[in-house]
Amino acid sequence: MNLRVSAGPHLLAKDSTRTLMIDVLIALVPTTAAGIYLFGLRAAWVLSVAIVSAVISEYVWQRLMKRPVRVGDFSAVVTGLILGLNLPSTIALWVPAIGSAIAIILIKELFGGIGHNFMNPAMFARAFLMASWPARMIQFALPERLLGASQAAVGVDTMASATPLLMPGNWTTYDMLLGNIPGTIGEVSKVAILIGFVYLLFVGTISWEIPTIFVGTTALLSWLLGADPLIAVLSGGVLFGAVFMATDYATGPIYFPGKVIFAIGCGAMVVIIRQYGNYPEGVTFAILLMNCVTPLLDRFTVRRVYGTVKKHA
Amino acid sequence: MPKRDNLRSVFLNGVLTENPIFRLVLGTCPAIAVTTSTMNGIGMGLAATFVLLGSNVVISMLRNFIPSKVRIPAFIVVICTFVTIIQLLMQAYVPSLYDALGIFLPLIVVNCIILARAEAFASKNGVFASAVDALGMGLGFTLALIVIGGAREILGAGTFLGFNLLGAGFEPVLLMILPPGGFIVYGLSLGIINAIANRRSKRAITGKEGVQA
Repeated sequence: MNLRVSAGPHLLAKDSTRTLMIDVLIALVPTTAAGIYLFGLRAAWVLSVAIVSAVISEYVWQRLMKRPVRVGDFSAVVTGLILGLNLPSTIALWVPAIGSAIAIILIKELFGGIGHNFMNPAMFARAFLMASWPARMIQFALPERLLGASQAAVGVDTMASATPLLMPGNWTTYDMLLGNIPGTIGEVSKVAILIGFVYLLFVGTISWEIPTIFVGTTALLSWLLGADPLIAVLSGGVLFGAVFMATDYATGPIYFPGKVIFAIGCGAMVVIIRQYGNYPEGVTFAILLMNCVTPLLDRFTVRRVYGTVKKHA
Repeated sequence: MPKRDNLRSVFLNGVLTENPIFRLVLGTCPAIAVTTSTMNGIGMGLAATFVLLGSNVVISMLRNFIPSKVRIPAFIVVICTFVTIIQLLMQAYVPSLYDALGIFLPLIVVNCIILARAEAFASKNGVFASAVDALGMGLGFTLALIVIGGAREILGAGTFLGFNLLGAGFEPVLLMILPPGGFIVYGLSLGIINAIANRRSKRAITGKEGVQA
């Protein structure tokens, strides 16, 4: 008889990077569909260019560096799609192409590939594009088509417009929930994001702490500072960022207390940047900042193993 | 009197093998802060070279008089003198460059490269060799600032030394002339130069083994 001897663990879960990424892609389907429905074919072009550029950059770079080509794990697809969903639908197509290449090469591959990046690649790329071509990044189109019957008198043509954060009161809660407001492709439809959130919770890809505490902190602090908490959460990218970007495994904390601090920090930074900063929206910078703090959070919130002696600081 | 070969290696040491910015990673603060354009890089590099030359020569002349216990304050006094001279000269003759360099001009006093050369070279070597070392190190520093400043100016403004290089269709990558661009360009150039150096040293090792075998 041939007995195989090997080291544990012997029971392997079926989860792999690939299945995780496919779950995230499934969760992004409603958001993507809503974005393409609202903003038309142009949005589909932006998303495709972002995804294709991300995949090609990863393939070419790994080939050039003679590393194993890991395009098949779909993580580049997720990065490209999330970056695309963070851009306005009217943007010139070279912007998502450059953005995805920067996300993959500068942040992901140069720091050692998947799992070694210290910030969320898509978020860094958005910040990069935001700082480099601000005029192109803040021109938002009104949706071409509307979901449901709009209650507000939304303009007849797709004129460039400011984000609702700058002009609250023009849109009803109903419109903001469905996505009949100007904004980036992915952030406008809150219902679609929530469907994705429920799916990710259901399959266990993400846990509830970061998104709920992030959004809760934003609402609470906005209310304390005299802004409408409902508008603060439903306009702009808070919900999208909280569900799909702050929950990134590689750049978020591991333990429960760390997650709580991380989420509160994100929410607080968003409100601080919105209220006191130069940019109308602060989700990108809030998440990037907390990404940088993550290693410290992990260090200070390590769970003490039962039976070991407590270290005195 | 040092031999000619030695002097040449002292000079090339500063420019290439021990380039202060790319190999020793000294003086990184001005390398990131003032390199928003090529011209600023050249100005900063020449100002630092002037101070380095002056301080190396004077410290080398005084090296037998300075008691070793108070040598650091003594070096700083010498360096301060030359920084003040170059600061007043630039304020008088190139006021626009003086304004562009701002606080980083007086901060040459605490530039690690200058103190490091005083401590490591000028206080142990003759006047002439110290002057050659200062020129090599200063030239290496200036070249590094031109590389970083040039890359940032071309990408971030589409120009080189003020000349429009990339045409009107190019939309400048604004981030490159903002502080994060400085870190990105410096990090990438360090990486590229390390990769080249690693490859060369690896080749040198395998070459030697080949001879032994």
